[in-house]
Amino acid sequence: MIRIQSLSTFYGNIQALRGVSLHVDDGEIVTLLGANGAGKTSLLNTICGLVNSRSGTVNFGEKDITNTSPEKIVKLGISQVPEGRQLFSELSVKENLIMGAYQHYRKRKKEVYNHLEQIFHIFPILKERQEQQAGTLSGGEQQMLAIGRALMSRPKLLLLDEPSMGLAPKIVSEIFKIITDLREQQKTTILLVEQNAHVALKVADRGYILETGRIVLQGSSEELLENKEIKRAYLGRGYKEVWE
Amino acid sequence: MDIKYETIKRSELEQLQLERLQVTINRVYRNVKFYRSLLDKANIAPEDITSLDDLKKIPFTTKESLIENQPYDMFALPLRDVVRLQSSSGTTREPIVVGYSRNDIEHWTELVARVLNSGGVNKDDVVQISFDYGLFTGAIGFHYGAEYIGATVIPSSRISAEKQINIMRNYRTTALVCTPTFALQLADIVKKSDISPAELSLRVALIGSEPWSEPVRLEIEEGLHILALDNYGLSEIIGPGVSCECQEKNGLHIAEDHFIAEVINPDTEELLPDGEVGELVLTTITKEAFPVIRYRTGDLTSLDRSKCICGRTLARMSRVAKRTDDLVIVQGVKIQPALIGQILTEIEGTEPHFRLRVDRSGAKDELEVRVEVSENIFFDEIRRMDALHEEIQKRLEEALGFFVRVKLVEPNSIQRLNDSE
Repeated sequence: MIRIQSLSTFYGNIQALRGVSLHVDDGEIVTLLGANGAGKTSLLNTICGLVNSRSGTVNFGEKDITNTSPEKIVKLGISQVPEGRQLFSELSVKENLIMGAYQHYRKRKKEVYNHLEQIFHIFPILKERQEQQAGTLSGGEQQMLAIGRALMSRPKLLLLDEPSMGLAPKIVSEIFKIITDLREQQKTTILLVEQNAHVALKVADRGYILETGRIVLQGSSEELLENKEIKRAYLGRGYKEVWE
Repeated sequence: MDIKYETIKRSELEQLQLERLQVTINRVYRNVKFYRSLLDKANIAPEDITSLDDLKKIPFTTKESLIENQPYDMFALPLRDVVRLQSSSGTTREPIVVGYSRNDIEHWTELVARVLNSGGVNKDDVVQISFDYGLFTGAIGFHYGAEYIGATVIPSSRISAEKQINIMRNYRTTALVCTPTFALQLADIVKKSDISPAELSLRVALIGSEPWSEPVRLEIEEGLHILALDNYGLSEIIGPGVSCECQEKNGLHIAEDHFIAEVINPDTEELLPDGEVGELVLTTITKEAFPVIRYRTGDLTSLDRSKCICGRTLARMSRVAKRTDDLVIVQGVKIQPALIGQILTEIEGTEPHFRLRVDRSGAKDELEVRVEVSENIFFDEIRRMDALHEEIQKRLEEALGFFVRVKLVEPNSIQRLNDSE
């Protein structure tokens, strides 16, 4: 589905990505793990055309989409759920969702409303709260809304940026249940960016570990869970004690 | 067959190789002092490796470097993350200690499973492993692989060939893992004893750890009525599982999802195109504990990236006939021990067990070839032995172009195949 080769991205003189290569096959859930500042969001932003890369290539299917504008990226079938949700908090839940399909809204209004119903089917809670202002939702509901909004453009590839951030463990497992359902039922291919290695590796088929702009480990989720470096770095305090 | 990787499209394989190569370079740069200084000296930053083609910018790793960094300085993981140590056999030089993480062992097991699988071995087989267990990677590697596929394993090392034949007959062994020397020995015993190959359930032998030739294969296959397949590996890389023949016997499929293979001219070090024979250079791209970048194996082979009839898309290497350091130079002529092996085998009645000795004491180097003769000839007729002696001498001199001293020796007095001094 998507193949990234040796991507390097700079913010001014600061290099955020140092030759990152990764791929996601059709129907896969792949996770990109890393600490704060490792370059995870930079990678998503480079894929989406929000930041231009200095070198390297991004291929989506057979098409070279390196440094394509964000609106074209969405049209091609890639949709991002940004870190911190980035909802329009003054707008209603329904309006937020429709914003996700704004590209088709004028020409294919009926289709958009049909699709809205499907989103309500996946997230019944959003249907209940459709007239409510987005800002009044709980954290978990806001995350669902952010995912629902991204799905409104009917993406082939969904980019999720830290969906577990700031959520209680119980809500996190709910969100991740939805992520696996999306793959099972909608056949959506997912690139999942996370700091929470434990939950991410449970749902992902494969993973990559990003450190200071470089991929330093890759493998199946089982392999990564087996790797002691990951245990020490990402799987909590108890493991850090093993290290020292 | 591991459909996902053994029949992978080349473009997908190259993506995978690039990702894994970059990870490996990033890791060795961070964790292995040797590679950090190797790259620094060559003025290469890890992110300069942006394509598979860029690999050729990195200097080679030689056996000498591995020896200098013994025991643990080439490890990319702390020892506490290493779950196993093995070592190279050290037949040619000092042994080299190598380490495996838990994931390395898993990968290795899967790779050996592929070797067994491509020989048609599966869970219904009884696999007799006659390699020596211990530090040597061959036995334990095959042991894990065979158990992994669910076969029944007989770890029959350190048992005489005669007893191994008994085990084979009584326990109905269907697959044998051994050296070519040992397979020849078994064939020889079967020939001399009243055991007929039909009494054995043996179907296939997976043979490795020494170079062996096509005539030897023929002798093993005819002597035991089996399929004899070659497999290749070395402990510096992982052990068995680096490459193996499928039943087409048309080159050994390299596990390219774990190793990147290149072939170079051993003298000029330039990269050779596919099809040309040169020294095999391997880079590990999934090894965690003991990764090596562009390791000069000393083994001579050529690469073929065309698709095999068996369906596997992984590149094939030709059978390793010899090692670069096995070259014997006599009177300026480079002699391949394997060539001599081939000539000897062509001469009827000669077992291909031989030893080369070069005498450099006189004005001219002299090559002595000690050849084992089969028992019936040795004891029967002096005249036939003389004729054989003469024929060997004539054929070798024809091939090499200088005087060769030939000595016929007793059967089984030479230990290893194609050994040279």
